[in-house]
Amino acid sequence: MDNQNLIPTKASVMDDLQEVRAMIRRHKRKDILFALVGLLALMFALLTLLTLFIDLVMDGYPRFNTEFLSEFPSRRAAHAGLLSAWVGSLLVMLVTFLTAVPMGVAAGLYLEEYAPKNWFSDLIEINVANLAGVPSIVYGLLALGLFVYGLDFGQSILTAGLTLGLLILPIIIVSTREAIRAIPTAIREAAYAVGATKWQVVKDHVLKYSQGGILTGVIIGMARALGETAPIITIGALTFIAFLPPSPIGTEAPFVNFEWLSSGFTVLPIQMFNWLSRPDHAFHINAAATGAIIILVTLLMNGTAIWLRYKIRKNIKW
Amino acid sequence: MIEFILMLAALSAVATTFAIVAILLYESLSFFKTVSLLEFFTAKEWTPLFEDAHYGIMPLVAGTLTTSAIALAVAVPMGTVAAIYLSEFASYKTREMVKPILELLVGVPTIVFGYFALLFVTPLLQKVFPELPGFNMLGAGIVMGIMIVPYIASVAEDAMRAVPMHMREGSYAMGATRFQTAIRVVTPAAISGIVAAYILAISRAVGETMVVAVAAGQQPNLTFNPMESAATITSFIVQVAMGDLPHGSIGYQSIFAAGLMLMAMTLFFNIIGHIIRKKYREQY
Repeated sequence: MDNQNLIPTKASVMDDLQEVRAMIRRHKRKDILFALVGLLALMFALLTLLTLFIDLVMDGYPRFNTEFLSEFPSRRAAHAGLLSAWVGSLLVMLVTFLTAVPMGVAAGLYLEEYAPKNWFSDLIEINVANLAGVPSIVYGLLALGLFVYGLDFGQSILTAGLTLGLLILPIIIVSTREAIRAIPTAIREAAYAVGATKWQVVKDHVLKYSQGGILTGVIIGMARALGETAPIITIGALTFIAFLPPSPIGTEAPFVNFEWLSSGFTVLPIQMFNWLSRPDHAFHINAAATGAIIILVTLLMNGTAIWLRYKIRKNIKW
Repeated sequence: MIEFILMLAALSAVATTFAIVAILLYESLSFFKTVSLLEFFTAKEWTPLFEDAHYGIMPLVAGTLTTSAIALAVAVPMGTVAAIYLSEFASYKTREMVKPILELLVGVPTIVFGYFALLFVTPLLQKVFPELPGFNMLGAGIVMGIMIVPYIASVAEDAMRAVPMHMREGSYAMGATRFQTAIRVVTPAAISGIVAAYILAISRAVGETMVVAVAAGQQPNLTFNPMESAATITSFIVQVAMGDLPHGSIGYQSIFAAGLMLMAMTLFFNIIGHIIRKKYREQY
């Protein structure tokens, strides 16, 4: 009956086509628009951070000299230096390294290679995941209650090192597990097939092939420990330290002493915070220079870790 | 034998959690012997170190929520857009270059951002709002937000990358554009991971210490006005810890009560996140 309406005329087809083309153009415009917005968002974040970093270096520029590294903090901004802070950071990181790395790697090994599948292992796993999300200042409260007063370690290098050790433990556990998981089962089976015991398999094969990945996690964890400020302030670290802890290496036998562990200390980020919270602008210059040094060292460490991971991923051929 | 030693190491994680909870609860219990829960949650002033002491946590909570809200208002839109761009629009080369940079930025120590907030962003903001005080929540919040952007971008991008390719292909085959695919297909499919990124960001903002301790001021102040200065839970803990407070005094106990409040808040946001993720999770 109404055939005229069912068979489209040439004009109406052209109209439809125009409309569809307009729609596609509209949608494509949205595509380009969003790509631009996305690029802008990304660039804004990256460039802001770059600006801030350049600002830090420029503000701190007058203090980039060797005296800054070889002088103690002082009441006069121009003569104040970082000596006690960088030595303190080094010693605290040593304690952190010695506690967190063996514990973290051992825990990772246990969870991947030994742990039976039961509620107990689940409990440990949930715990590790949760610990990674605990605000760092809460570790400071733990250390204040447990290490400073509970175990009577005082506000010492030992306390700070142990605190940061606990803080980076989840990072090391997680990276150890990831590195171990990447090793194919065939490697383990081959070792068992020639008569290796479980511990031999773990020690000679699993640990050996995962050491690159573990190292990555260790570097990232240590970089985190270097920059952490809040937990160390919370344990009540002093901010004006014009002395060095006793040297760990003695001149007489047995050539090592442990007095430094119980010594008072300051670390780089705390020294920066201290200078930053003074109203006198001259000290802000010192803070900027310290910040630039901290950023440089952490960027170098994290950069090394990322590069290392990239290399490992590229080179592995099982 | 070896297995036992390794297990002890793994147990240290559990022990740490228990120690944290035990210490916070133990010191807080002594605190709540002096201070009633009712006062803790309803009093409008927090002055535990003064002669005329008041113990209302709300000013600190208000400061924490305000700075965190500003930070999220900056970080969530920017981080999400950047993640979508990286995952769906950027070329392989760009992505391979930007991802490591994002990871590097996540590792920048927060005290440095405190410097930026106090001496770079706040002076800049004062040019726009001349009446802005030197210590204010706005500058601290914005810097915290910028600090969190790489974090959200990185985690959310991982979630979007994990969406199977065939879903995108199906969408393209229907004639959808990149933008339509990204918004209507990939984002809903990855929403669980994206929400996880937001939750991590909230936890970081709430627990962030150094930026607010340096730039937001240290005076507890019951206000949600970002133009004012106010202390947060974390900056209060720092402030008390810097002074020399005798062990066992009420001031000493008050920082543990504040810490407990902080843990409760992070836990609360985590549970909410968990519920949201469960509700919207899509399985393939």
